[in-house]
Amino acid sequence: MSTYWKANQRRLAPWLFLAPGLLMFAIYVIIPIFQSMWISFYDWDGLGEKVWIGTANYAEMTSDPNMVTSFKNNIIWLVLYLLAVPAGLFIAIFLNQTVSGIRIYKSLFFFPFVISQVVVGLIFSWFYAPNFGLLYLVIEKLTGTGIAVLADPDLATYGIIAAGLWPQIAYVMILYLTGLNNVAPDQVEAARLDGAKGWRMLWYVILPQLRPATFIAVVVTVIGALRSFDLVSIMTEGGPFGSSNVLSYYMYEKALSEYGYRMGYGAAIAVVLFGIMMIFISGFIWKMWRDETER
Amino acid sequence: MVHKLAGALALGAALMLSTSAMAQDKRVVKYNADYDPIPLAGMEALIADFEAANPDIDIQLNNFDHEGYKTAIRNFLTTDPPDLANWYAGNRMAPFVSAGLFMDVSDVWADNGLDEALSSAAASMTQDGKKWGVPYTYYQWGIYYNRDAYKAAGVELPGEAGVTWDQFVANCEKFKAAGIDCITTGSKALWPVAGIFDYLSLRTNGYEWHMDLTAGKVAWTDDKTKAVFAEFAKIQPYVTANHAAIDWQDAAALLVQGKAAHYVMGNFAVGNFKEGGMTDENLGFMIFPEITPGLPRAEEAPTDTIHVTAGAKNPDDAKKFLAFVASADAQTKYNAAVNQLPTNKNSTVGEDPFLKAGFASLSNAYALAQFFDRDAPAEMAKAGMEGFQQFLVQPDQLDAILERLDQVRGQVYK
Repeated sequence: MSTYWKANQRRLAPWLFLAPGLLMFAIYVIIPIFQSMWISFYDWDGLGEKVWIGTANYAEMTSDPNMVTSFKNNIIWLVLYLLAVPAGLFIAIFLNQTVSGIRIYKSLFFFPFVISQVVVGLIFSWFYAPNFGLLYLVIEKLTGTGIAVLADPDLATYGIIAAGLWPQIAYVMILYLTGLNNVAPDQVEAARLDGAKGWRMLWYVILPQLRPATFIAVVVTVIGALRSFDLVSIMTEGGPFGSSNVLSYYMYEKALSEYGYRMGYGAAIAVVLFGIMMIFISGFIWKMWRDETER
Repeated sequence: MVHKLAGALALGAALMLSTSAMAQDKRVVKYNADYDPIPLAGMEALIADFEAANPDIDIQLNNFDHEGYKTAIRNFLTTDPPDLANWYAGNRMAPFVSAGLFMDVSDVWADNGLDEALSSAAASMTQDGKKWGVPYTYYQWGIYYNRDAYKAAGVELPGEAGVTWDQFVANCEKFKAAGIDCITTGSKALWPVAGIFDYLSLRTNGYEWHMDLTAGKVAWTDDKTKAVFAEFAKIQPYVTANHAAIDWQDAAALLVQGKAAHYVMGNFAVGNFKEGGMTDENLGFMIFPEITPGLPRAEEAPTDTIHVTAGAKNPDDAKKFLAFVASADAQTKYNAAVNQLPTNKNSTVGEDPFLKAGFASLSNAYALAQFFDRDAPAEMAKAGMEGFQQFLVQPDQLDAILERLDQVRGQVYK
């Protein structure tokens, strides 16, 4: 035993140190993933007997209009949420200057990210609220009839995304601000001597140096768009009539909400969402792995 | 929600510690409930009476947040059941009864003559021929209206017998001309629209048909269902436009401010109306108008109930408490405190004019419905209420909505 230990100490030690973390990760992440997949083949209300129904949950999904709406909304979320990246870059560049009191402005711009998502949702709900919301009253003044964004099935999703962009832009901004600190001044200097300025300077000199920040910004924004649960829950609960649902909220609604308790169907939605996330996550991991092995 | 729940649990644990320290030799009955502050005070008074009469029993009330309770009950019933738990009558209790989580309390009903005293609620407590709990309070639904809004729009006030349906729709036109929403509702949480639909359904096709619909025996694409929506279409243009973005309390504010004239609501909303400054002078109540002439009048009266759990450690004392809560005196006292109606027919009703109107409305009603989301299974209820909300926003989508609902019906009732 001890000779084996002595011979393999260096090989075993890392695994021993990793063991507690791996164990937790297996219990709380890996095993539940497979359990969800398993449950998605059952019809189960969480209390009674599980009934094996094979892929019926997945078949139902294809003809479930709420599922289609949620899926469509997830794509809208993904596309529009990525606006946070250029918007954050713009604000970061704007704030990356030495004026007296710039630290205060930077913190003010970062402020929305510090507020809890729940509070952001509430603030925007009141902003949109019919009869007393600021946006509603302004539109009413300008056009004569107010628009209750969250009551309109065509606008509700965009209203929620706008609320989500507010803190997300702040987050991306702070990522770029730290990135801008690391931009090599000598390269900027050299580019300037060569006559580069404005857009060309940004595109060919600054942005390439910001690539790590851009990568992280895209990752957090994509993941943020896919797990957009809290804002939907606070602002509309998926309504009006499911028109602002997204997969993560629809999963909760089917599995755990007051009118749900279809664990199998909820699990099936979770599996689909997991599949979509895996596409992006594998892409990110593949890129990181490639970058690391290239060096 | 989780935090609230954790808070409630911690608070409950603290309460238990403090009471059990004093009452070590008493027999303990654990009671999980979801009372808001006023009902909580009412129930605590009842428990004090019960403990005074039964000094050897200690009822430990563990109160949860009202919304969090709906999730919590599934967890505690399966893992750590108390002796007593609050819930609702009708289809809402069916999953727990079917899963064997509630105890059959038919003996409590038989021993205390409850079949007679609680006859109006007996049907909604029965499943598989047995009784699964005891109702302790209910309340009427109806149309609450603002008399000042009537004056502002120059519309004649409804008389003792209410108004006819045609008159009601005609009045809506006048309210619209005066810039007042004829009917208000706040459907963000969906359920308020179900109240309107339930009444239209009960008045158009009657109680039996409505029960068949919620039981999945009638197709949503049936001509009779379309007849209900034809009536719905008559009032659709007069419902508050942005109802989908507001809660029921916000809609109550519209009624209080005179921006809306009518509100199809439960009697619990009277508290909100009066807090907003309305008085018995300008707040009116009427029974939902008759639509199909000669149909026996059915009303909505959601009933709250207490159940003994299947895993109760002290079922004998729990049943004793159940019998006490069902008694005429206890129900008189509790319902006077919370301004609702007792389910025991031998109880007396409070002096409040809206309670009296409700009692009159319910006591000679032909039958009582629980409410759409208690009569229909959960998934059907959710889809149905979304459908009603969508109909109010997009009435031209009616056929698509009904197709969808019938598809859900095919999946829910097997």
